[in-house]
Amino acid sequence: MDAIQVFLETIISRQDLIVERTIEHLYLSFVAILVAVAISLPLGIYISRKRKVAEFYIGVTAVLQTIPSLALFGFLVPVLGIGATTALVALIIYALLPILRNTYTGITGVDEGIIEAGEGMGMTKRQILWKIQLPLSLPFMMAGVRTATVLTVGVATLATFVGAGGLGDVIWRGLQSWNNSLVLAGAIPVALMALVFDFILKTVEKKVTPKGINS
Amino acid sequence: MLISFNNVTKTFEDGTVAVDDVSFTVKKGKLITLIGPSGCGKTTTMKMINKLIPISSGTITIDGNDISTENDVELRRNIGYVIQRIGLLPHMTIEENVSLVPKLKGWKKKDYEKKVDDLLDMVGLDPNVYKKRYPLELSGGQQQRIGVIRALAGEPPIILMDEPFSALDPISREQLQDELKLLQKNIHKTIVFVTHDMDEALKIADEIVVMKDGRVEQIATPTKLVQHPINDFVRSFVGDDRVKKASGSRGELLADTIMQPIQAEVELNNLPEISSKSNLHEVANIMLSKQAEAIIITAEDGKPTGIIEKNQLLKELAGIQKEVQ
Ligand SMILES: Nc1ncnc2c1ncn2[C@@H]1O[C@H](COP(=O)(O)OP(=O)(O)OP(=O)(O)O)[C@@H](O)[C@H]1O
Ligand SMILES: [Mg+2]
Repeated sequence: MDAIQVFLETIISRQDLIVERTIEHLYLSFVAILVAVAISLPLGIYISRKRKVAEFYIGVTAVLQTIPSLALFGFLVPVLGIGATTALVALIIYALLPILRNTYTGITGVDEGIIEAGEGMGMTKRQILWKIQLPLSLPFMMAGVRTATVLTVGVATLATFVGAGGLGDVIWRGLQSWNNSLVLAGAIPVALMALVFDFILKTVEKKVTPKGINS
Repeated sequence: MLISFNNVTKTFEDGTVAVDDVSFTVKKGKLITLIGPSGCGKTTTMKMINKLIPISSGTITIDGNDISTENDVELRRNIGYVIQRIGLLPHMTIEENVSLVPKLKGWKKKDYEKKVDDLLDMVGLDPNVYKKRYPLELSGGQQQRIGVIRALAGEPPIILMDEPFSALDPISREQLQDELKLLQKNIHKTIVFVTHDMDEALKIADEIVVMKDGRVEQIATPTKLVQHPINDFVRSFVGDDRVKKASGSRGELLADTIMQPIQAEVELNNLPEISSKSNLHEVANIMLSKQAEAIIITAEDGKPTGIIEKNQLLKELAGIQKEVQ
């Protein structure tokens, strides 16, 4: 029988499951990214002004990042139990580093001469942050958010192992029953989701890049 | 606005003494240039005026007020600053860059818009063409001009300029130097101007501060500097050619530039007198005709302010330095 036909039949017969898991997956990724942004943007701005502690924070997130994702989920279960919370915490931890690091390098990378000009003209620290440093580092921050998002959408497939559902569940069922079509029915939406997010965020990134700095 | 440095020293955290016990004053409406080899502390000296660099010891006063007691932000809004690296904000249009300080100072839109147009016109950039452009859409020289007019936009009484014309071709540079001179004459800005170009310094300065290794070597007017470099360093920095050329016209030097203080024991009665604004030719004339060994120099009010002795006059006219007696 034609493999494509089998695949299509699988999708149709498992429609409800796939839609439900896709929504779960979206939810997990979305919330994780939102929280990660809410933590690491302000933290990145903060550490960019206290360069002495910056290395420490970035180091900590970098170490967290090196823990294999499956292991991280595993570590969290004894502490937080099974469920969406555990999955979210793990995803958030993963998403922190790219955003934090990009925010930090974005802000500290703003040419000293420009900052000095701002100070010399009598701008306050706050004005320098809002009118110079943030606009000029926004593209970097967005790039960080983009990396984090693609990463999160991928890693969220592991959420199923802590009972938080998501498309990983579909893939896992497929694997267990030697059903390749089902594996694909879970994997393809994940890939599509990553691509779509990437595209949207790339567009946003272009939008927020101040005119005048990419000519 | 009178700026005064009193024994100012700057030692950086790493122990570098960038500015070492420097004292000088810039009188209101005057243009003073700081000149010296790279790394001698010109930029550091300048940045202490608007507190971008904190002073280690000594004081800087503006109109008698110690700047350490002033609010940084307020102080800076009244001191125009042209930074060595230009430092235009790349994400803002030329118009936005230039109107930044006026906006910070709360000017009305109408007022700062007009100011932007006037200033662009002044430096030969058509407002209609350049106003809406971004800095990267301008050539290096054009950016530097914007850097200069941005410092003028808020109408500060004091302007600090750190090698503001270094990226310009000779013609535009001359043009902007003239423009600056005119500006300073007409609206009496007090300007501190850093350069390492002696021609530029001699051309625009009312007074030149020559620095070396964080110390002031000599402070003098351009004429006096070429005629009387105080030591070998200054002499070579000014350029032997210029010094030699100037010594050919030593007779044009004014009497008060070489006069010595009057010692109490000197018998003044038999000596001829001459105004401090006479040049050395005239001084020599009088001394010869009166067969005098010395001459009294009088101030505008007729009071004696100094004395020139015959030997000293001879040395001056012959261009012999004091050290090599
Ligand atoms: N932040 C700093 N920390 C340590 N040393 C510094 C610092 N800034 C400047 N210096 C040192 O202080 C000295 C004076 O520097 P400054 O920038 O004032 O020189 P300059 O006369 O402006 O030179 P140039 O003509 O090259 O611009 C130099 O030796 C420099 O290396
Ligand atoms: Mg310098």
